[in-house]
Amino acid sequence: MQIIVTGILLSGTYALIALGLTLQYGVARIMNLANGETLVAGCFIAFWLFASFAINPILGLFIIAPLAFAFNWGIYQVALKPLVDRAKNRGQLEVDSILATFGLMFLLQGLMISGFGGEYHSYQFLSERFEIFGSAYGLNRVVAFIAAVVIAAVLYYFLYRTRLGTAVRAVAVDPNSANLVAIDVAKVAAVTFALGGALTACGGALLSTFYTFNASMGVTFTMKALIIVIMGGVGDVRGAVVAALILGIAETLVATYIDPGLTIAATYTLFIIILLVRPQGIFGRRTT
Amino acid sequence: MSELPFGITQKELRIGIGIAVAAGIAALLPLFDQGYYLSLSVNLMLYAALCTAWTLFSGPTHYVSLASAAFFGLGTYAVALGVESIPFPILVAFGAVAAAILAGLVGAATLRLSGVYFVIFTLGLAELVRQVVTWAQAKFTGKTGLYVFTDFREMHIFWMLLALTIAIFITGWLINRSRLGFAMQIIGNDETVARHVGIDTARSKILLFMISGAFIGIAGAICAPRYAYIQPPSAFNPQISFLVVIMALLGGTKRLWGPLVGVVPFIFVMDFVAARLPNQMPIVMGIAFLAIVYFVPNGVTGVLEKALAKWKARNAPAPQAVADKPAEVRP
Amino acid sequence: MSLALSVRTVRKQFGGLVAVNNVSFDVHDGELFGLIGPNGSGKTTMLNMISGALKPTSGEIMLGHDRISGLAAHHIARKGVARTFQLVKVLPSLDAEENVMAGAVFGHQRLWGEEARSLARQLLERVGLGGREHMPVSAMTYIDQKRIELARALASNPRVLLLDEWLAGLNPSELQIGIELIAELRAEGRTIIMVEHVMDAIRTLCDRCVVMSSGVKIAEGGVAETLSDPEVVRAYLGDDDA
Repeated sequence: MQIIVTGILLSGTYALIALGLTLQYGVARIMNLANGETLVAGCFIAFWLFASFAINPILGLFIIAPLAFAFNWGIYQVALKPLVDRAKNRGQLEVDSILATFGLMFLLQGLMISGFGGEYHSYQFLSERFEIFGSAYGLNRVVAFIAAVVIAAVLYYFLYRTRLGTAVRAVAVDPNSANLVAIDVAKVAAVTFALGGALTACGGALLSTFYTFNASMGVTFTMKALIIVIMGGVGDVRGAVVAALILGIAETLVATYIDPGLTIAATYTLFIIILLVRPQGIFGRRTT
Repeated sequence: MSELPFGITQKELRIGIGIAVAAGIAALLPLFDQGYYLSLSVNLMLYAALCTAWTLFSGPTHYVSLASAAFFGLGTYAVALGVESIPFPILVAFGAVAAAILAGLVGAATLRLSGVYFVIFTLGLAELVRQVVTWAQAKFTGKTGLYVFTDFREMHIFWMLLALTIAIFITGWLINRSRLGFAMQIIGNDETVARHVGIDTARSKILLFMISGAFIGIAGAICAPRYAYIQPPSAFNPQISFLVVIMALLGGTKRLWGPLVGVVPFIFVMDFVAARLPNQMPIVMGIAFLAIVYFVPNGVTGVLEKALAKWKARNAPAPQAVADKPAEVRP
Repeated sequence: MSLALSVRTVRKQFGGLVAVNNVSFDVHDGELFGLIGPNGSGKTTMLNMISGALKPTSGEIMLGHDRISGLAAHHIARKGVARTFQLVKVLPSLDAEENVMAGAVFGHQRLWGEEARSLARQLLERVGLGGREHMPVSAMTYIDQKRIELARALASNPRVLLLDEWLAGLNPSELQIGIELIAELRAEGRTIIMVEHVMDAIRTLCDRCVVMSSGVKIAEGGVAETLSDPEVVRAYLGDDDA
């Protein structure tokens, strides 16, 4: 029971990170391998706000999210839009964006290592005990989970209840048809990419409240997010949430019962099962 | 195009002799310097072998493989595990087989799907193997590393890598002349046509990936004596995978010798960075990736070929205009 | 005459859409069989199921005595089914000879080396492209690219040849050449299934035909009586191709 709860609490942050990536890939069609670096940046900014200005990381989200939004919007316009424009087909864009975001990944990672050093960081925030079903958990984990749920709910409302959200979903299904019904596909893609970055950075800020982080751990989280996205089905919001839950619980189980050093092995086992059984994702429909 | 097998042509013979002479000269290099330049040359030879082996698969298929570090590490570990009781050449063969098996498994799981799945899968592969090896080592042997003591010196490793590089080139040439090579050309053009003329596209791709992986495994095995003490993080260093991709793409992957053009300058850049700005390595790699994507998407050889074609077109009489473009319309 | 290919209550469903609804027909050795119907009637889906590009939802397809439905496309190709594509598909970076060799090397007969090369030359001559073996196919005209595709399909010496609107998009004089070419193939004793919109060609060439409309078979038999069947006329009414 304790493992399940720990897994679920962990999965809240995973879900945010994966939602960010699935929006970027599903709508803006960019497989953003630098996603983990946005997450790490979120960790560091939350840390810096807390350490230097004593700003509560939850309030810090209101600073971090707009910053990440602006930063990712800029990246899309400067670095990625030219690739979208020059790509002759989807396959070409896929290869180009993978290589370009690898570049961004190393560049951002290198800059953060120069800025913050390579060592691990952490800080004390709400690190008191909190009881659920008679077992104790870190209060910071519970608060981070609740914040993640609130953010995901707001995202859901945005996607399914607002005009712009509907446009985003339309572009995800078919950019060409969306264009025909007067949706500015280029703008929606840029906004969605930025939104995805903001979600990921929020995930990072929440993660930093209970997790020890360093400047070069981004790629591990990119991996996890990618696997969640594929498990859930590309561009599928519900799928990403369910897949994040599965991954969070599976990792906690493996770390508790086998070895904490084998978490990647656990994610990969899930990944292989998905690839062999349902490459279209949990809720995805098989394309013909 | 003379990829098809009707004996060796004059041109191929001349190229063969040229390569033999170049290899002969390269083989003499360790006799002149045994220090810094030899060590630099070993790196050069290592990446020449790795990038060429990588291009064997990724050139014709356009799949970006980041599995090199995993194959390399398996080769290194095969040697490290048995170096005290089993002859070195057999260990090298073990390394090749282990890497080929891993490549086969990865290929079977991902090469039927689109390229993104393959990249993502290979991205974490080295880390996965590293975790499993670390765990298994701790659990079954109680040790964290292995000693590799051999009589090999840097120059021997250089010669072995040189021989390996030549073997990869010969293999590439043989593949081009084989059914597999012809199949890959067709797959590269149009996978639907390939399937409908009777090519098992998944099997061809997996086979090629296994060949490429086996060579990378051999390179890892050859390099094992360089380390003396081997731990999972150094054997399965993901940086190897990325450097291979950068150098191969920088050179260009349309021709098998293309990557060499990228390896030579980048090894010098790396050497400079490692000596002067050791902490800036990720930034340099990041800039390299971005520069390739934005400025030389077809590699340096791609740029050269384009320039050559332009130059030829300017100096040759204009070819007769091609009649009617193929019509795209159909009722 | 023995059966070359037999389609037995084959059905294909895409989600809720039934593209082909329990269609059956038999094609005999040496027959030139037409598969016709208005746009969207499921002809190409049917052809895709025979060649293995799609798998039927239910029913079976037999090549001689072997069941081929459910096999992968490359297995079906090796068993002796070759096809051309509705939108011509040549291999642009290879020359004409190599394009044709692709069929000879990997298809039903799996030749290699000089054998494959000389067969390719012979077939290029056969479809009227003699002397252009080393021309890049991307520089060829539409009809010549179609000829390449036909030669590539023939190079595997298939038991059944599928032509998917091979005559579409040709101008009147090219059409004449195309019809003659197919007539010659029939005279050689090839078994051919053609999906076609060009009614003249169907009338001149085919022995028998099946008419499909909205996924179901509405008529089958000799060409003349089938095309005058009232239901067939109704299905085509208002359709420009009729």
